[in-house]
Amino acid sequence: MRAAIAGRAIVAGEAEGDALVTHDALSFWGGYDFHTGEIIDRHHPLAGVRAAGRILAVPFSKGSSTTTAVLLEAVRAGTAPAAIVTTGVDAFFALASIVADVMYGKSFPVIALDAADFASLTTGEHLTIELSGVVRRR
Amino acid sequence: MLKLTDGDQAMLNGDRGPAPQLAMSILVRMAGVYGADALMDISQAHIDSTIYLGDATLEFAERLASLGAKVAVPTSLNVSGVDECGWKDWAVAPEWAAKAARQMLAYERMGAVPTWTCAPYQTHMRPVFGQQIAWGESNAIAFANSVIGARTERYPDLLDICCAITGRVPAVGLHLTEHRGGQVLLRLAAVRPALQQDDQFFAVLGHLVGKLAGDLIPVIDGILVQPKEDHLKAFSAAAASSGRVALFHMVGVTPEAPTLDAAFQGRQPAQTIEITTTDLRAARAELTTADGRELDMVILGSPHFSLAEFSQLAPLVAGARAHPRVRFLITSSRLMKEHANETGVLAPIVAFGAEITLDTCILASPMLPPEIKTLMTNSAKYAYYAPSLLNTRVTFGSLADCVRSAIEGRVVRDESVWLIA
Repeated sequence: MRAAIAGRAIVAGEAEGDALVTHDALSFWGGYDFHTGEIIDRHHPLAGVRAAGRILAVPFSKGSSTTTAVLLEAVRAGTAPAAIVTTGVDAFFALASIVADVMYGKSFPVIALDAADFASLTTGEHLTIELSGVVRRR
Repeated sequence: MLKLTDGDQAMLNGDRGPAPQLAMSILVRMAGVYGADALMDISQAHIDSTIYLGDATLEFAERLASLGAKVAVPTSLNVSGVDECGWKDWAVAPEWAAKAARQMLAYERMGAVPTWTCAPYQTHMRPVFGQQIAWGESNAIAFANSVIGARTERYPDLLDICCAITGRVPAVGLHLTEHRGGQVLLRLAAVRPALQQDDQFFAVLGHLVGKLAGDLIPVIDGILVQPKEDHLKAFSAAAASSGRVALFHMVGVTPEAPTLDAAFQGRQPAQTIEITTTDLRAARAELTTADGRELDMVILGSPHFSLAEFSQLAPLVAGARAHPRVRFLITSSRLMKEHANETGVLAPIVAFGAEITLDTCILASPMLPPEIKTLMTNSAKYAYYAPSLLNTRVTFGSLADCVRSAIEGRVVRDESVWLIA
């Protein structure tokens, strides 16, 4: 397992935290409680798990357009993930970070990995995200 | 590398005022995310950012409105966080109602049409085949792209309004013909016409397709019936809830899929998945999370109930009365309720004991009192989201099942067509 993964910074930024990894897409509307930072979609394997402050690895968003607005609320409330890592370019997550920057001067990195690198991530490992998009294991 | 026109650059420089400048600055950053080379014109927008969630959604709307933002193209508005005239009949907190109403006002001040509906394609704002539009609201995106053949990316809240203010979108994705071809073939394997004619069939199929399609454009083959528009609406909403479907093709049904070959734009499907009656039964079972026959409320109208649905419901309830223990709620738009009233189909529905909520729905407004714990619905979207968002249990059934259950005061379902192999 490589110590550094070359990711693509969709929204560049720095973050550090424990990984929370899922291979199932997630809608934040109906799927994420921005008051608590908990994943609440009962159809999702991470239902009941708190993602606030963690590096959430989710392949892509699904479901509601309001996913972006929920994530913006979470940034404002301090309950958003520290970063989001995806398999492709996900406009919903990227937009939330960009608008959070515009509105509150706070953004979070959104990093795309290729499928094999994404598959190598495991829940609980400590990750550092660098401005260049590099994801470093420690 | 993104190339802006002089007009785009003027907006970005602030020559057209601070609101277009803010909207264009977000749009340009998103064009970078999408990898767009250029922006392109749209001629219509639908705004999902209307849904009030909390201070951030309100602050964003009021920031734009206070900067004098005006939409540049005809723009419809999605559901809000409150039934502006009817919220006092429900458990909505006054502070929530006030803030949600402020958010409504902000978008109205921008010059959008106050349609307040998640089914804008069933209003006078319906786009036409080939029209370039920027739509939010997952069910509406899927319907507009697939059933009408209009062209929109899968727009998130907060970006839809930036597109409307500038009249521009990144020239990428589903706006472009070459990205609208099918990617995965989902073939119905010997699924009987009798099952396909069932009122629940397309909602169940949509739920399953959303799960199977992943991030690909699905092509559904093997449809033997001519679905009604509201069946395709139910399919769109279901597939965009369980999955991320923004465009689907249904061979022989949707406009870009007269043939299988056309749906794939002459290419071979990368993947083929068979859908059996067993798969559909399992998908239908997933939509029910309640295990008993208890019933507190029947809820219809996600997406918003149409005139055709009111007309279908009227004869089912005529002369009957809902059980006193069961509330019967329909969520719809002001326009549809008015049409239903004018055509005479609303009267028997109200006489049955139905209540009507406008502008919003039970998922977007905290309106249900805590004693409502078990729901029944014919909407796969309600069935998908209600357990997580409202902490309720749900039974999924046909419209006729919902009516019968409301009358009897307990869940009753005619499952005969689903039980035959």
